[in-house]
Amino acid sequence: MRTPKTKERVVITGTGIVCPLDNDVEAFWASILSGRSGINRTTIFDASTFPTTFDAEVKNYDFRVHVRRPQLHAAASRGSGFGTGAAAQACRQAGIDIETPEPADGIDRTRMGVYLGAGEGAMDHETFFACIFAGWDPHRQTMASEPCTRLAFTRMTAAYELEQEPNMAAAHVALLAGARGPSRSCLTACAASTQAVGEAMMLIRRGDADVMIAGGAHSMIHPLGVTGFSRLTALSRRNDSIETASRPFSGSRDGFILGEGAAILILESLTSARQRGVPILAELVGYGSSSDAFRVTDMHEEGRGAVQAMRAALADAGLTVQDIDYISTHGTSTQENDSIETLAIKAVFQERSRQVPASSVKSMLGHLIGAAGAAELITCVLAIRDNIVPPTMNLHDPDPKLDLDYVPNVPRKMPVNVVMKESFGFGGQNNVVIVKRFT
Amino acid sequence: MSSTRVVVTGLGAVSPLGLTAPDLWAGLRAGRCGIRRIRAFDPTGFPCELASEVPDYKIQDRIPRTWRKAVKLMCRDIELAVMAAGEAIAASGLITKGIDPEKVNVNPTRMAINVGAGIICCDLAELAPAVAASTAQGQFDIHKWGREGLELITPLWLLKYLPNMLACHIGIIHDIQGPSNTITCGEASAHLAIGEAAQVIARGDADVAVAGAAEAKVNQMLMVRQHLLQRAVATRDGDPETICRPFDAKACGAIFGEGAGMVVLESLDHARARKARILAEVAGIGYSHSLNPVYERLEPDGRGLRFAVEKAIADAQIQPDDLDLVIPHGTAVPEDDLAEARGLEAALGPAAGKVPVWPTKSMLGTTGAASGALDVVAAVRAIVESVIPPAKNFSRLAQGCRLNVVTKHRAGRIGHALCCSYTFGGQTAAVVLRAFEGTT
Repeated sequence: MRTPKTKERVVITGTGIVCPLDNDVEAFWASILSGRSGINRTTIFDASTFPTTFDAEVKNYDFRVHVRRPQLHAAASRGSGFGTGAAAQACRQAGIDIETPEPADGIDRTRMGVYLGAGEGAMDHETFFACIFAGWDPHRQTMASEPCTRLAFTRMTAAYELEQEPNMAAAHVALLAGARGPSRSCLTACAASTQAVGEAMMLIRRGDADVMIAGGAHSMIHPLGVTGFSRLTALSRRNDSIETASRPFSGSRDGFILGEGAAILILESLTSARQRGVPILAELVGYGSSSDAFRVTDMHEEGRGAVQAMRAALADAGLTVQDIDYISTHGTSTQENDSIETLAIKAVFQERSRQVPASSVKSMLGHLIGAAGAAELITCVLAIRDNIVPPTMNLHDPDPKLDLDYVPNVPRKMPVNVVMKESFGFGGQNNVVIVKRFT
Repeated sequence: MSSTRVVVTGLGAVSPLGLTAPDLWAGLRAGRCGIRRIRAFDPTGFPCELASEVPDYKIQDRIPRTWRKAVKLMCRDIELAVMAAGEAIAASGLITKGIDPEKVNVNPTRMAINVGAGIICCDLAELAPAVAASTAQGQFDIHKWGREGLELITPLWLLKYLPNMLACHIGIIHDIQGPSNTITCGEASAHLAIGEAAQVIARGDADVAVAGAAEAKVNQMLMVRQHLLQRAVATRDGDPETICRPFDAKACGAIFGEGAGMVVLESLDHARARKARILAEVAGIGYSHSLNPVYERLEPDGRGLRFAVEKAIADAQIQPDDLDLVIPHGTAVPEDDLAEARGLEAALGPAAGKVPVWPTKSMLGTTGAASGALDVVAAVRAIVESVIPPAKNFSRLAQGCRLNVVTKHRAGRIGHALCCSYTFGGQTAAVVLRAFEGTT
């Protein structure tokens, strides 16, 4: 394999978001700074008898507003539709031409790629359950295949089935932008879109692409998705006070709030961004990935994998903990994550751990699973732009064992030049990226 | 930056031709076919009742004692992946915690893992009691599901079916603590995962990587999907031996199956330092995307595949003439085979008519994400043994294709082999493997 003589610097030239707080980056950021909650009663399906009756849904979204040829994406799953709109916003901000058949932006399409963290589309649960029911013999407790198969062939449709494949979000984005460079999709649970951004950066550094459309798109808000998380007892059950249910690092935290959405960043080699003369929003300087290699059910007790990912990202960036102005935590509002993440930050940051603000915007946004890291990374870019750190909302009863500066309840004006973004996935895949003011 | 060469030092495969990489290679050399009538479930009701399934195995016998309790958290995709990874690591001579915790000879924090995975459909019978409890007069009642059905599902149910669990289980068994990823790009997943893992090593983030893919597609719901997409063979009375015919004039669709393929990749320095047996070198990688509004088909001119192949050849710093073997994706879906042939012809130029092309799916079926991984294992064996077996079920080239599909057993040095793949959705990938030159 060829290895480039010099590493390309990688900058961010566009951002786009579709999420529970808003479907526009500036409005989203204003919501974050005003501490607004994106959490609502579940409307996508009737969850009134579920242990958790609320979530964080995308609202008032129509992908057709964002794209030139909506018929190409008409069958897209919920998550892929979010991804398409977020990508369109990000491309426009970066001056990538998605309006004309022969783009006039000077970007070689074979050198423009896509890397998303994305999950499977929601299955049509009514059809799926009907198929199962058709084949089930409750007395013998056995499944007969044939009735199930026959019903599946009558009720399922090709387009809907295809759109459930997890690589389809990236497929829609590639078609939207005409991207023919490296194209990939990963699914490392809650760490997927941070990983996608990190690996996309590596593709540009290596010289495999000039521009990468990177981020995440995901919705697991469907009966089986909610059931899965509910059975893991991962979801908050605070049905009586839903807007304050997401309370990372508080003593009374009881689980995360399932969200959905998409967040896209345009990553570009500095050479390409300069040639095109587009504004540079920030520079991506570090990436670290690791695995816990511990248990599929729990994080390593001492956050071994999280520590390794943070250290790897710092080493990659050539920075020390003294350089980090703000940590955008994974901060899910589960007992386990918030405790272990705190331990891991302490292990890496040592005496600096109490000085560096570490907040969780999941307190407002909920947990966007595959799209979470990229959505939160956009807040890091904006924190640098505006020199302000977003707060951890709903933090009124601190957990006495958790003693970092979580920026409780109000945003903080302060110089922000370098930010670390952390994401940790179920099963122990950890990813950390570092973003820096471009100078 | 100095150039870090990446080599292959271990192979593992669980395939319709057997439970090990040697079984896979012996089967391919002999032209054996792994396609049979479906055994995983009663296939009555399917237009075609054939699939390529892995022979019976006992998972308990194939994993370390310390991890046997985790078997209940493993769906079939995970089992296949774990078996192939275990074989690849053992074959490489590396000793991980999962091979022998007393004799570990590799630094866990310098090991990476990158596993391609497909969408995993849950076990229907496992959900059935919950569905039945939530169904009244034939109608599913979501209120009953929320109150009663949900409670009947085993608490860790979700973890069994998350695609990233393939990498997580392997990582836990073998104590792999470095970079970890799960590529979910359908049938292109394996080449993308292997390519990314090679780049993780080349950029210095790991010394060793376990890379490949696994998928168990012989599941009613996933098979229905392939039929609805009109990719699967739809004739009832085909002979399993001859039904799958990539690039042949009588090709009539794909047969779906299951498998897992894994390789151990290593920096040349690391492999040399431990005097490992080097099987081949990863010489070049290329990626692109096929832009087709008909998402389930490769674009007719094969351009997205062509770009991936061109980039892999350029990355390897060779000319198309230098290739001695191409293992194409070749599913036997006629439109896709034709598009792939066009893409390869464009990428290889005049060499396209000469380079031997050896499709494997006539014997293995389309094993989803695992397809490309089994092909890489086969390509490495072909390089090591300087042999290309004849293509099975190939007699006359499909109209419009101009490839040199091998019809006779060929012996002779293979300096470079190319594997390529594409998937519904459009991701494409290509990997060039090189015979290892130099001393260990």
